[in-house]
Amino acid sequence: MAEIQLKSLAHSYSKNPAGPEDYAIRQMSHVWHKGGAYALLGPSGCGKSTMLNIISGLLAPSEGDVLFDNVRVNELSPKDRNIAQVFQFPVIYDSMTVYDNLAFPLRNAGQPKAKIKVKVEEIAAILELEPVLHKKAKGLTADEKQKVSMGRGLVRDDVSAILFDEPLTVIDPQLKWKLRRKLKQIHEQFNITMVYVTHDQLEASTFADKIAVMYGGQIVQFGTPRELFESPNHTFVGYFIGSPGMNLVEVSREDGGVRFDDTFVPLSETLCDHIERVGSSNLKLGIRPEFIQVTDHASDDTHECAVRDVEDLGTYKIVTLMLGDRVIKARVSEDQDTEAATLHVAFPRQWLKLYIDEYLVEEQAE
Amino acid sequence: MNKIADNRAWWLVLPVFILVAFSALIPLMTVVNYSVQDIFGPGSAYFVGTEWFEEVLGSDRLQDSLGRQFLFSGAVLAIQIPLGIGIALMMPTTGKRASLCLILLAIPLLIPWNVVGTIWQIFGRGDIGLFGWGLNQLGMDYNYTSSTVDAWLTVLLMDVWHWTPLVALLCYSGLRAIPEAFYQAAEIDRASNWAIFRYIQLPRLKSVLVIAVLLRFMDSFMIYTEPFVLTGGGPGSSTTFLSQTLTTMAIGQFDIGRAAAFSLIYFLIVLLVSWLFFTAITHLDRQK
Repeated sequence: MAEIQLKSLAHSYSKNPAGPEDYAIRQMSHVWHKGGAYALLGPSGCGKSTMLNIISGLLAPSEGDVLFDNVRVNELSPKDRNIAQVFQFPVIYDSMTVYDNLAFPLRNAGQPKAKIKVKVEEIAAILELEPVLHKKAKGLTADEKQKVSMGRGLVRDDVSAILFDEPLTVIDPQLKWKLRRKLKQIHEQFNITMVYVTHDQLEASTFADKIAVMYGGQIVQFGTPRELFESPNHTFVGYFIGSPGMNLVEVSREDGGVRFDDTFVPLSETLCDHIERVGSSNLKLGIRPEFIQVTDHASDDTHECAVRDVEDLGTYKIVTLMLGDRVIKARVSEDQDTEAATLHVAFPRQWLKLYIDEYLVEEQAE
Repeated sequence: MNKIADNRAWWLVLPVFILVAFSALIPLMTVVNYSVQDIFGPGSAYFVGTEWFEEVLGSDRLQDSLGRQFLFSGAVLAIQIPLGIGIALMMPTTGKRASLCLILLAIPLLIPWNVVGTIWQIFGRGDIGLFGWGLNQLGMDYNYTSSTVDAWLTVLLMDVWHWTPLVALLCYSGLRAIPEAFYQAAEIDRASNWAIFRYIQLPRLKSVLVIAVLLRFMDSFMIYTEPFVLTGGGPGSSTTFLSQTLTTMAIGQFDIGRAAAFSLIYFLIVLLVSWLFFTAITHLDRQK
């Protein structure tokens, strides 16, 4: 087990990167603490796998340092870093049996036979691989292959960390859920640092204590699932986390607040000062669909909207509303009446977030 | 659906049948026909049954050259297969150096058999050949025309030089077909180079190795030109292999019946051993 620290790390696949767009990972620093269960969440191509390969040592970063427990390991091979990694597509040694596959990393480390047997059987039991334990790995199903692939990472209990690169992509949904629970159990049992790469927010929030959201080669937010949901500090996090994502509306500055179309939103004095100081014209207001209050009668702080679409998702409804010519989505409970052609919405002040240049302006900064 | 049986469709198979008949069946049957007769000249042939087979199988000449042949093919496989794998593992994988290596390796394969024999005949001479002269200068008493051991070593060395590249090229292509993910996984699993070779590379080379072993066995078992040019089968009959014995019998002595029986036995041995190799290697897999 180790604390993994990334220090001003950047990576480009081209030899002479011309600009920021040539970087798969833009300069950033980050710490994965000892024994944590983390998820690295982001869309395809945002640099998640690149970062994982840099941590494991399959890839040497073009700039910056990787530190394990404050020791620089840039030049160490994965072997010497003692790190386990599970790949998106299962890699199995098909000339060996399942048992030999699982025992392979332990045998390579020269562990005694008796210990290997105990450990392999323990992991095989957790992953429910016992029925095929002495079969050749060649004839396994895709699910079983991925379990073997994962098992090879899990048998090593002395590793610095286990990295998972979208390990459940090829596995069917029901088993997916089960395996995720298993991983969580294994984490609780052995307390190994785990980093789990995924593009599925549900997967991330069920597995991890803390989620790092990656976008455009950088970690834009690192926090608990709740923090990511309640105060996304980048518009991308707002949009990517949650279903549907955060409503984002471009606004313009005005005395004492911001305005879009006919709607004026008053802001505190300090926030206004802050906007003034930054002087950027890229201002956005964001609010989660869950926090929008929808009623059928008008009051002082409501805005009238035309109902464009109602999606009934069983336990809740997603209402698509037109506020002027802006599209706003709201999530309302199943029993709320949404039959009317127009509805009235209110934006509770505490859930209304202001973004300048795509980054959240913290309320505490006021 | 009703299928209409139309036996005229069989005519479509006729071209293949004719082709195979002329290329394989008729010549083979002619040999079978010769092997059971004693032919003195046109019009005077006598049916002798299995007499030729019994005589050939019992003859010292066949048994000796058969023994030599197995020894030679065994040595060829024992040297060339591991050496070929080794060369393939050491070759660069990308870039100009890889192309250069491939070209250098392919050169011996492009040289005609009798030219290979001639090259080594001159190369090994003690007076003007670099190899023979060099060995003699180093104080070794090397002469492939008079010493059985030297003759054997030279023939073996020549074959290794000529054909190891084939094994190496086959293995090289097999190694390139292994996805990078396996090496990454092995690295993560802390596999030593030996473990990577033993558990990842070797199992995935199996199919090309089956081809390499079969090709090298058949070719070396039927070797004729190179030792014939190099040593003429000598000294004595120490490097006289099966095909040369057969040629001497069929052409030199014009003993058609005996040569035909010999050919059939020869053919059956090659077939049998190739089948054994193939079955053994492909069955290794299904043991578990």
